[in-house]
Amino acid sequence: MKRWLPLVFFMVLVGFFTKGLFLNPREVPSPFIGKAAPTFSLPVVGDAQKAFSPADMKGQVWMLNVWAPWCVSCKVEHKLLMALAESRTAPPIVGLNWKDKTREAQELLARTGNPYVAVPDDLSGRVGIDWGVTGTPETYVIDRNGIVRLKHVGPIDMDIWQNKFVPKLKELGA
Amino acid sequence: MIPEIGTFALILALLLAVTQAVLPLVGAQRGNLTWMAVARPAAWGQFTFTLIAYLCLVYAFLTNDFTVINVASNSYSNLPAFYRVTATWGSHEGSLLFWSLILAVWTIAVATFSRTLPEEMVARVLGVMGLISIGFLSLLLITSSPFLRQFPGPVEGSDLNPLLQDWGMIIHPPMLYMGYVGFAVVFSFAVAALLSGRLDAAWARWSRPWATVAWAFLTLGVVLGSWWAYRELGWGGWWFWDPVENASFMPWLAGTALIHSLAVAEKRGAFKAWTVLLALMTFSLSLLGTFLVRSGVLSSVHAFAVDPQRGAYILGFMLLVVGGSLALFAWRAPRMVAGGAFTWFSRESLLLANNVVMVASVAAVLLGTLYPLFIDALGMGKLSVGPPYFNAVFVPLISPALFLMGVGPLMRWKGDSVPDVLQRLKWALGIAVATGLLLPLTMEGYKPWAVLGLGLSSWIALTVLIAFRERVKTAGQLSNLPRAFWGMHMAHLGLAIGVAGITMVANYEQELDVRMNVGDQAQMAGYTLTFMGVQQYAGANFAATRGTVIVKEGNAEPFTLYPEKRVYNRSGSVMTEAAVRPSLSSDLYVSLGEPLNEELSTWAVRLYYKPFINWLWIGALFMVVGGFLAASDRRYRIGAKARAPAGPAAQGA
Repeated sequence: MKRWLPLVFFMVLVGFFTKGLFLNPREVPSPFIGKAAPTFSLPVVGDAQKAFSPADMKGQVWMLNVWAPWCVSCKVEHKLLMALAESRTAPPIVGLNWKDKTREAQELLARTGNPYVAVPDDLSGRVGIDWGVTGTPETYVIDRNGIVRLKHVGPIDMDIWQNKFVPKLKELGA
Repeated sequence: MIPEIGTFALILALLLAVTQAVLPLVGAQRGNLTWMAVARPAAWGQFTFTLIAYLCLVYAFLTNDFTVINVASNSYSNLPAFYRVTATWGSHEGSLLFWSLILAVWTIAVATFSRTLPEEMVARVLGVMGLISIGFLSLLLITSSPFLRQFPGPVEGSDLNPLLQDWGMIIHPPMLYMGYVGFAVVFSFAVAALLSGRLDAAWARWSRPWATVAWAFLTLGVVLGSWWAYRELGWGGWWFWDPVENASFMPWLAGTALIHSLAVAEKRGAFKAWTVLLALMTFSLSLLGTFLVRSGVLSSVHAFAVDPQRGAYILGFMLLVVGGSLALFAWRAPRMVAGGAFTWFSRESLLLANNVVMVASVAAVLLGTLYPLFIDALGMGKLSVGPPYFNAVFVPLISPALFLMGVGPLMRWKGDSVPDVLQRLKWALGIAVATGLLLPLTMEGYKPWAVLGLGLSSWIALTVLIAFRERVKTAGQLSNLPRAFWGMHMAHLGLAIGVAGITMVANYEQELDVRMNVGDQAQMAGYTLTFMGVQQYAGANFAATRGTVIVKEGNAEPFTLYPEKRVYNRSGSVMTEAAVRPSLSSDLYVSLGEPLNEELSTWAVRLYYKPFINWLWIGALFMVVGGFLAASDRRYRIGAKARAPAGPAAQGA
């Protein structure tokens, strides 16, 4: 029977690889899922007098999209966010402008369109650390009671939107 | 128009690959000489059309044809022409085409250098290589065509990843692929032998030079990758145990075991089943690397764009090739007869022990690489396995192999006497132990790993010297020694040099993160470094901030290093170009971190002192040259039928 061992071993590996194709290794579960969203208060891009805080969104389901003007995959995602915002099929999206050292966010949004209801300005990246941001873009869904319900790492495309976000949003009654 | 010709050429290459696979394999099974004779012309045809397809891609890159999606996403009109050519293998699609081209090159090499082989064997080997070509060419055509178009094309491309704009990266992939694909030749020989049911010493002798050449290319590829990471990533590291690095290291370890096992199979007719299994395993691990890099099942710094459809296709292909060959192995294994007998203390037994250690190391690296996937697939959470695991497992595993490496080449086949060998080696053993124990006293800090590493390194080097002395006594003079002897000992000496380098850099490197204002000084390893501020300049496709650091050591003439920070115009990516002052005994490595004030006068600067790191590259070069020397030995050149006498120690019963 010994001579079949290499084949058996290989087939077990293939089993794992097949499963692996349907997993995303970059997706790290957020310890905040099911917990209250970290609070913060940040000035808003374009109007330094105004401040944004997650408390402002209480009572509604909303999304926090972490992005930056220097982030290339955010530009790809931006098109979908624009479409979602225009068709009103998504809950309000807040765009956390993360570590925008070149101060280009306002100009960029004016030029390419603004899908966000508010754009808090996290210049130092502090708030990002509190939320456990590992890179841009990242998107969180927060429910009516201010509890984080979903985290997605990487750009959202139509597929991910339909299969990951839409069911969760339905469940939350958005 | 040209890209369409490329697609068309790929389709023709695929059809010829089908011909090259089917007719010769069926012909060999039925003993039909006409069908078997198709193998060589079909291989040449397949090569020609794959080359045409590849040249079409090169043309699209050189003419900046941005309607070709692959060109638009990996090139840019201001990219130097040189990099536009190398960008052809910078993407998933382009590198697959390049893989196919190299496979075709190896195929015609087999077709050309197999005149002395039986026609049936040639037909089977080329047939199996044709099957592998079918897999890759159809993968290209079905899921990964580099010739897809978009209309209207963008005005400008989005530039080649700046990390790949380095000349180390230009030659690293071709060498690596030459190695990976070279093992496809050995794989095909093994499968052909299994199909024919004749696994004998002749099979091992035919496979051996191919395995050695593939191994030499793979060594070069792996080490160039490491050298590139060292210079280009700006972290001062040379090996990160990243999944993709491991993907190239595992076939290397298995290939190393294979070339040693082939020696026993050729000379003594022993270990046949084991050798065949290693031949299958080495190429399977090369394919596994391809799968891991392109499917996105593991996260890695080098992974290509992730696409589950491609991943599924490569997995299916791997299932056919690896699963099929392992099933064939299990089916044919009973027909393999045991070779010559040997005692526990003989060259065979030491090579076997060495093989076991190598395979155990492969298993350890494979486990560490795939562990995150296993845990994730079993729903047990997410984790990553880092260098501490690999260092802790790999170093103790490989150390005994390094010790045996010193003894093995000096032992006789079949059986040797312990006191006799001890007598011949006692001086080497004594000097090696003394070197290991005493040499670290001259360094900063006495470290046990340094004792082990330096002891083993000098042990190997001394045994190489003994081997030369003993052989010269019987052969008369150095020039009488066969190239295989030179090759083996050069490679072993190379490893000794490499081990010394690794030991030194791992135990005695120094690292310093400092905040430096213009005029500030830092001290490290006897050097005084003075930061002279930064200047801006514009490159062909980037804007650079160049720092000036003046280095003084004692009374020697001061020298200047220019670490850079580059912003690539098109993508906006920031790259750190470290400045390195290399020498035989150490590298001084300076990389520019982040500016700490608005005026750009204060910077975070990283300084590294890397003792003997260049020994690593030099040692690897010795191994590569040794591999090519051994493969060019006279007895392979004069053909399979006439066998040259190969020295007294090599004579089998």
